[in-house]
Amino acid sequence: MEKFLTLTSTIVPLPIENVDTDQIIPARFLKATDKNGFGDNLFADWRYNKDGSPKADFVLNNSLYSGSILVAGKNFGSGSSREHAAWAIAGYGFKVVVSSFFADIFQNNALNNGVLPVVVSAEFLSEVFSAVNADSKVTLTVDLLNQTVTNNASGKSENFEINAYKKECLLNGLDDIDYLLSKRDMIEAYEQKIK
Amino acid sequence: MSSNNQTSSSAGPATLFDKIWDAHVVSSVENGPTQLYIDRHFCHEVTSPQAFNGLRARGLKVFRPDKTTMTADHNTPTIDQDQPVKDPISRNQLDTFARNASEFNMPLFYPLGHEKNGVVHIIGPENGFTQPGMTIVCGDSHTSTHGAFGAIAFGIGTSEVEMVLATQCILQTRPKTMRITFNGKLGKGVTAKDLALYMISKLTTGGATGYFVEYAGEAIRNMSMEERMTVCNLSIEMGARGGMIAPDETTFAYVNGREFAPKGEEWEQKLAYWKILKTDEGAKFDKELVFDAADIQPMITYGTNPGMGMGITESIPTLDQIDEAGRISFEKSLNYMGFQAGEKLEGKQIDFVFLGSCTNGRIEDFRIFANYVKGKKKADNVTAWLVPGSWKVEQQIREEGLLDILTEAGFKMRQPGCSACLAMNDDKVPAGKYAVSTSNRNFEGRQGPGARTILASPLVAAAAAITGRITDPRA
Repeated sequence: MEKFLTLTSTIVPLPIENVDTDQIIPARFLKATDKNGFGDNLFADWRYNKDGSPKADFVLNNSLYSGSILVAGKNFGSGSSREHAAWAIAGYGFKVVVSSFFADIFQNNALNNGVLPVVVSAEFLSEVFSAVNADSKVTLTVDLLNQTVTNNASGKSENFEINAYKKECLLNGLDDIDYLLSKRDMIEAYEQKIK
Repeated sequence: MSSNNQTSSSAGPATLFDKIWDAHVVSSVENGPTQLYIDRHFCHEVTSPQAFNGLRARGLKVFRPDKTTMTADHNTPTIDQDQPVKDPISRNQLDTFARNASEFNMPLFYPLGHEKNGVVHIIGPENGFTQPGMTIVCGDSHTSTHGAFGAIAFGIGTSEVEMVLATQCILQTRPKTMRITFNGKLGKGVTAKDLALYMISKLTTGGATGYFVEYAGEAIRNMSMEERMTVCNLSIEMGARGGMIAPDETTFAYVNGREFAPKGEEWEQKLAYWKILKTDEGAKFDKELVFDAADIQPMITYGTNPGMGMGITESIPTLDQIDEAGRISFEKSLNYMGFQAGEKLEGKQIDFVFLGSCTNGRIEDFRIFANYVKGKKKADNVTAWLVPGSWKVEQQIREEGLLDILTEAGFKMRQPGCSACLAMNDDKVPAGKYAVSTSNRNFEGRQGPGARTILASPLVAAAAAITGRITDPRA
């Protein structure tokens, strides 16, 4: 996994609440047997017309907005456990998703793929949406070590929460399997105990 | 596993969740998650190929192959299953699944056509894989279903599937606990599905995020295992990590005698342990909610998430009833559905009916549906897809004479699978059409691009199939 330290980027705003994983990546794209190419179908039904042409009114097709930070309405990633949603977001090039609330499984899946979910207050989120409305080139800075996110339009900063273990994993580019494999003897001891 | 009851780390009264969680802790990461041992892993073709690839890339074997049960269900046709699958991409995924099972020597592999094949959350319980006190995971959010047996069961992503295959463990942050109590009895024509949709409409789709829920109270106690599975299945639709119900005589009677259930002396030992699996008097939950079962009527959804539900006789909320930050999403949702704020939906014409899925694809669901349509005729304007959850359910439908009743009323039965619940196969509702569906999600495009889903119970679905309209089954 790639290391994550700090990131300053323009943002892609998606002020919709309850964006579920079926919108992030519709089920018909889950037939692949590898992790590649999902970025092309990120938000497919909002992004493309039936004939495959881009829908002009969707934010990913609006050249005003770009960057590696997606900012979305509350309860992002609800629904299905499909990790394909995290692969689609990472595959498109997003490294951070900012929202006021995330669904549990999506949050885990994102972290396991080096995408950082940043939970901000409803007020901070609303100010970011207003700022990007006024100026599409507004940037956010996300600093993982200090656990801060800054709206560079206003200079306003907020702390965000992240599990200390997951933070270490991201800072060092390690994943859970490395950790679990190192605990093999404890697993076998547990199995003996419950026999 | 009788020694499990000694491992509880917390002194004093404990919740059912605490007892099972504490019995499965292998280690704890400092300031981090818990390493939890997994008793049963269910695996299907869509969320597992990348996990097996991961094992290959690291040169790993599956650590405990007999603790993983594999069934093909999500990306499978519901007709002509004896023929090669037509869609080459789907066929490749199914072939990959079979290759992984063979290469990694997985003994519990149930491909298309196998007598134990079916929807993963249906075949687990019906074959006795699902038992009280277990930790159960699967790369599928509706794994919460198995909590009906008094198990900690939850959905995981593919990276976590790889962890379980490699080590039979997972790293999880301990969730908060919530108890939801339903006092009193459900009214006539009101089912477990209605109870769940009612609860989700009160909590919203994110209302239980971060929590593991225990369901309690008279209305839950009175439920059969099939009904309890429907309630626990839908826990994820309010964001919960999972839902569970303390095991009791109903649970033990269901599990006893099933193929993979314990037998003889082992059964007696397990039963003694299972009997202590309940929340102690005075145990603390992080949150408690209480509902009155008598307040619930048959439910339908009107929007594009399962929290947008209402009683079948009620009206869609008006815009001023929605908080300001949610109005864009609310209007987008109604626009997609072709409904107006404040509108009543009873009597509205529909096009499709889907009976099936891990939520409502069990034998009791088919009994309810068949009992309602008996002696009536399917409406001409309705296309109905009746999809049993497994071959065992299919066989039971035949044996109980339900198929004759359904056929007489103008219905056909399809072959088992997830089918139109997520429309990965050809069972897609066309754009703009309305489907009354017994499944679990009404998200945009869930049942096909542009499809409009109205979630409901098998009884409401039966009434809609007969009249061709949204109909109160109590009328």
